[in-house]
Amino acid sequence: MTETLKLDGPSREALLDRAAQGAIGRGLDRPEGPLKVTGQAGYAADARLDGMVHGVLARARQTGTITDHRLEALKAMPGVVLVLTDGIPRNPAQGAVPTAPPAADGVAYTGQPTALIVAERFEDAWHAALAYDPQITPVAHDLDPETAATVETPEDKQRADDGWQDTWDAAPTKVDVTVTTPSLTSAPMEPHAAIAMWEGDQLTLRGGLQMLKFNRKSLADALDMPVAKIRLLAPYVGGGFGSKLGVAQEAVAAALAAKQLGRPVSVVMHRRQVFEATMRRSESRQRIRLACDDAGIIRATAQEYRVSNLPGEAFSEPVARADRAFYATDKLKITHEIARIHRMAAGSVRAPGEAIGIPAFEMALDELAEAAGIDPLELRLKNTVEADPISGLPFSSYPLADTLKAGAKAFGWQHRPPRQQQEGEWWIGQGLASAIRGHFAAEAEARVSLTAQGAIVETDQTDIGTGSYAILRQITGEMLGLDPADVEVRLGDTAFPPAFGSGGSAGAASSGTAVLLACRALRKRIAASLDAAPDDLTLKDGHVIHGNRRTALAQIVPQEGWCEQGHVAAGDISDKVRTTTCGAMFAQVAVNAVTGEIRVRQMHGTFAAGRILNHKTATSQCHGGLIWGIGMALMEELHHDPRDGAVVNRDFAQFHIPANADVPPLSVDFLDAADDWGGPLGALGLGELSISGAAGAILNAVHNAAGIRIRDMPATPDKVLDALDKLGS
Amino acid sequence: MRPFDYRRAGDVAQATAAAGDATAAYIAGGTNIIDLMKLEVSTPARLVDISRLPLHRITQTQDGGLRIGAMVSNSAVAADMAVRQRYPLLARAILAGASGQIRNKATVGGNLLQRTRCAWFQDISAACNKREPGAGCAAKDGPNRMNAILGVSGHCIAAHPSDMAVALRALDAQIEVTAADGATRLVAMDDFYRLPGDAPHLETCLAEGDLVTSVILPPPTAETQIYRKIRDRASYAFALVSVAAALRMQDGRIAAVRLAFGGVAPRPWNDPAVEQLLIGQPPSKDLFVHAGEALVAPAIGHGGNDFKITMVQRLLAAVLREASE
Repeated sequence: MTETLKLDGPSREALLDRAAQGAIGRGLDRPEGPLKVTGQAGYAADARLDGMVHGVLARARQTGTITDHRLEALKAMPGVVLVLTDGIPRNPAQGAVPTAPPAADGVAYTGQPTALIVAERFEDAWHAALAYDPQITPVAHDLDPETAATVETPEDKQRADDGWQDTWDAAPTKVDVTVTTPSLTSAPMEPHAAIAMWEGDQLTLRGGLQMLKFNRKSLADALDMPVAKIRLLAPYVGGGFGSKLGVAQEAVAAALAAKQLGRPVSVVMHRRQVFEATMRRSESRQRIRLACDDAGIIRATAQEYRVSNLPGEAFSEPVARADRAFYATDKLKITHEIARIHRMAAGSVRAPGEAIGIPAFEMALDELAEAAGIDPLELRLKNTVEADPISGLPFSSYPLADTLKAGAKAFGWQHRPPRQQQEGEWWIGQGLASAIRGHFAAEAEARVSLTAQGAIVETDQTDIGTGSYAILRQITGEMLGLDPADVEVRLGDTAFPPAFGSGGSAGAASSGTAVLLACRALRKRIAASLDAAPDDLTLKDGHVIHGNRRTALAQIVPQEGWCEQGHVAAGDISDKVRTTTCGAMFAQVAVNAVTGEIRVRQMHGTFAAGRILNHKTATSQCHGGLIWGIGMALMEELHHDPRDGAVVNRDFAQFHIPANADVPPLSVDFLDAADDWGGPLGALGLGELSISGAAGAILNAVHNAAGIRIRDMPATPDKVLDALDKLGS
Repeated sequence: MRPFDYRRAGDVAQATAAAGDATAAYIAGGTNIIDLMKLEVSTPARLVDISRLPLHRITQTQDGGLRIGAMVSNSAVAADMAVRQRYPLLARAILAGASGQIRNKATVGGNLLQRTRCAWFQDISAACNKREPGAGCAAKDGPNRMNAILGVSGHCIAAHPSDMAVALRALDAQIEVTAADGATRLVAMDDFYRLPGDAPHLETCLAEGDLVTSVILPPPTAETQIYRKIRDRASYAFALVSVAAALRMQDGRIAAVRLAFGGVAPRPWNDPAVEQLLIGQPPSKDLFVHAGEALVAPAIGHGGNDFKITMVQRLLAAVLREASE
């Protein structure tokens, strides 16, 4: 039996509010944590299969048409068993795409992998891959988004409200700010990897993948074979951040090579390949105009931006959406330009859109506060809304004002004019930004088996370091009255019922609801066996309490156990409510007047994302977003060589992310309250919320400290010194 | 990575004998050469492991200086009490570089001989005169934020990445080298490193088989020692610019000063004219500005690293101000 629910209206699971077991919400450790820290969790490339050989992707050094792969010498190199050039995709598939990644047609970007070298030993394959140097007829391409000949403006992504200009012209206070952000990498700790093995016409592929249901279909399309003949395994994924949403080159190449050789093939991208051949976050140039009236209420809003991608890619960084606003405004103008250039593909990197759109907007808001002579916190409070001012739709929950007030109190917000506080060479200041991120849930299925020993959860949902193993245990424990330790969660295998996967912060709400539904069905079985109504049962500590009787589950559940499925279907609620998560982030920074270095001294975030399923993993996710905000504000940048578009700094020594010394004490609070439009769990997507604005809090604090506005991220010491000089320090 | 032979040397003579040809390379901590071998930037046919040579001690010299064995780890130098008390500049410079894990493995000799982190040097598909003489220099017109502004040539603008070596230059250290024939010699830092000129692939004065066995520090002559470094993050980043200073004041005037600069040149940079300009003068803002201008007079920016020209002047002025207070 399958318990099904379509998410097309509000719903609530009272058992979670009652929390008889006390499992839900608790900050339980990840059950797989000990395996991970002792090296026993098997990641994609950890398997050593009999007869396995090693493939290394080889890069093309310039763009153009390959006239000769020059393979003869490579094939003669020691240990080489196969050189494959046909069928390697141009770049990875985008997220939640069930079709094959785009086919290659020549070399579209410098560093594109255009061959796979397979050898008995990894070192031999690597050596031959470095020697790969195909003959290429160069083709001149646009490389710079600012000068690109082809700039697309899709109609559904633009907006220009009638009367915008009049409203702007009439407003007494306005700012016109341009913020630029560079290309950024997701580069998870685990590089992209796949091990492919064929048994007859059946393919088993272990991979670093985020969304198995889609990945399986995409791979089947790429290999032109039935979906049912593919099994994907991804029980542990060492980070994704969007870069593993879609099937990438290594998975397709491993499958093709394994088929040709009749042997298992392992393909692991080198760190440098992850940097130059998977997905980047597009650079952006965002012109933001805000105008407010004398009371500080925003009347006109414009966010006009340019991002880029390779020709043919449907994805473009959704910096700001044409159909919504999150603060008061009468008129909205959105311009979304996509420059077609030949840098590596752009795709979803953690919180695509909001991650760079909200910080830029929040920086402009800070400038508006200054222009209007209003405290930045006060300005935001004046402009919070109950309903989306563009669509008129109410928010299902949007306690932005509450998070701002609670966060300000927890942080100790005291806004003074810039340059009021100095310690030696250091200017000290505070800044804030709101966090705003859309929420959605998607179709997902899960199976839960209940036996006398406990419960087993099975779904092809992945855990990319986010805590899926932990929260699915807790949901099951709460619903079935089990100690979470008696719940085993099995993930990342397409033999299990299909979930949505890890993307768009939708994993918990989607697969968590499917698990909840399966548990509801099991409760019905228990109730039926007792001739009781499910709602009259209390399940706790492995026992059923009904009336004044307490019976061990082990005495009720048959030897072979019960197994039930849950299926949540995404309903369309877009004409009823807007589901959104929000928060407020505060930073204290120090800016060195001599060296231009910025140090973040303290950060706090108060977030609202419906019911918090596990306070520990939720806090960790929010820490991650704040830290990424530090990186975005201060140091992260892919340097593209203007001559060929290549990524120059393609390892972690050259692409800086925050080191321990860059991360100050972080504190995180939640306004923990179920949102009935988030499904019966009441949980909204959390993972990407805390990056969506964080860099803005830091750069606003930099202004408060030193009186300078750094609008070109990242705020490296040279830019800070330049700004200080212009200020006349 | 290409196959290579591995030999472990039991003493210095064995080491220099085993490494006496162009296809051999020494390995000590291995924190740099292993990376370069994976990238095939370095392709030695034979690695001679010198990590067990008896060069692990820090001892007093007869004149009151220190002898630091080439195999002493960077961490051990930074933690040594004599270093911390008498050459705090050296300890601070070492701790400003790399990460704890790397400093535990990296040796003093290896630190001196680490290669530039220029992006194109590390990419065998790019043009690099240092890696492949005559190939050209891709860095000059590329995003060259990390490259050098002083001592460069039209053939190479690579920067030396070490922090430790900058401190050693300011402390007037000498490097003890043992040749294949067993002869030892002492080399001053400026003679140890060559500037690129038209042969950037030649980086030091070392001949095949030569082994750095010790670093000799003269007795400290200055009261105030300072090391400051500007970088793109708070730790584990190479210097954009760094300044090492050892300075002694007397009667309100600068009596002695030694300066060295990191992140700006193919070797730890020193300019005697800048020091001469300071000696005998009372400290003042104008004097420090003047010193900075003299320092960067020969500097050449290549676009992405132009900012270093003003940045190093600022940092020098701040260091001199602090040291002369």
